[in-house]
Amino acid sequence: MDFGFSISRSSTVNLDSVALENFTKLQALEPDALKCISCGSCTATCPAGKFSGMSLRKVIHNLQRGREKEAVEMLQGCMLCGKCSMVCPRAINTRHLIMSIHKIYGEEAR
Amino acid sequence: MRENVVIIGGGIAGLEAAGQLAGLGYNPILVEKEDHLGGHLADWHCLFPDLIPAKDVVSTLVAGAASANIFTNTEVLHINRLQDCYNVMLSNGVSVMTKAVLCATGFRLFDAHKKEEYGYGVYDQVITNSDLEKWFNGIPDPRIDNSMMSSAGFVHCVGSRDEKAGNPQCSKVCCITAVKQAIELKKKFPEMMVWCFYMDLRMFGKKYEDFYISAQRDYGVRFIRGRVSEVSENIDGRVVVKAEDTLAGRPVRITLDLLVLMSGMVCNPKTVRDSGTVQFPADSDGFLKCRNSVTDFNLSAQDGIFFAGSCTGPKTVPETIAEARSAVLSIHNWFKGKQ
Repeated sequence: MDFGFSISRSSTVNLDSVALENFTKLQALEPDALKCISCGSCTATCPAGKFSGMSLRKVIHNLQRGREKEAVEMLQGCMLCGKCSMVCPRAINTRHLIMSIHKIYGEEAR
Repeated sequence: MRENVVIIGGGIAGLEAAGQLAGLGYNPILVEKEDHLGGHLADWHCLFPDLIPAKDVVSTLVAGAASANIFTNTEVLHINRLQDCYNVMLSNGVSVMTKAVLCATGFRLFDAHKKEEYGYGVYDQVITNSDLEKWFNGIPDPRIDNSMMSSAGFVHCVGSRDEKAGNPQCSKVCCITAVKQAIELKKKFPEMMVWCFYMDLRMFGKKYEDFYISAQRDYGVRFIRGRVSEVSENIDGRVVVKAEDTLAGRPVRITLDLLVLMSGMVCNPKTVRDSGTVQFPADSDGFLKCRNSVTDFNLSAQDGIFFAGSCTGPKTVPETIAEARSAVLSIHNWFKGKQ
């Protein structure tokens, strides 16, 4: 029956049901990943971001909220230029982090 | 003859000032309304960022103030201005004539019951920063002892930066206190997931940022930027927390075994019990009003009345001790100017 409106799915992230096994693996390889304070410097400087929507800040955040598929898809826009590494105030080795994310999430998500 | 100086409050500011005044040849008279010295710090476990035991700090300050006249379980009833001095009437019947009074009445913690949506006093698993600190100090707490303790959350800014709670000011030390308590919890329960819900993280002090980075990197404490909107209890007696993850622009919900409310600092409502001719007016921030807040923060508008510590605004322990020392110097110079 058509009521003339519909209810969209809740956008709430339920942290109780977010599986963090992969992120725990990532943490072991890249303990600095947890140092991200979401300042956005990486995203602002990213030359691919403007065209592909790539945002390392969002990738790191999405991985911790169980949105792994989105994160890995977004990471396809990365050209590994390393500018984000240069601007990160928390001195995260972002290129290394990106490679490790591919290593852990790559095949599984695709 | 040694000049009297009445110090109201036997917390760390009062103790430090008493010790320093005695060293300079004054006769400090310390008045404490509780039965013990050390104020809030007497119940505290350890201090950021180096995790120094609070009891060591208190015992050092108490030892330093040993030569002062100390009245515990005593309140100041009222202070009256006489010709060239003050008459301070105490609840134990003692009346002191003094030229100088140092107000070191400190703060009290915001009453977390007032933020009803967080469920303090309603749900068993919601406690405050002060409750947790007492438990770290070895005092049993069934709310903590009986829970599974696989996950815990900290709610920052409870009763601070909150106009509707009557305290728009930042209490300043709760951010770093939450980081410290989160680290202490992780040390006790390494498998536990610890979440901090914050609006801003204000890591202004020496080594605070390092401490915060260590909480993230070494202890895996997770920080969610977003103020908790409401808390409820589920059938297992655990607490369900709702907030917005503002970095993602999405609501989040999570079930936790324990929720710690970081109660902010508000001014102690009563400096003296009854009103005499000497009043202690409050500034627009609710704390006691000093002559000016840049250079004359130790002085009140009244000649001979001085301030030290968090009665004039939220302060850390080292800031409070430094203010006590500076107040003593102000008092000393004030007496010299009178000669």
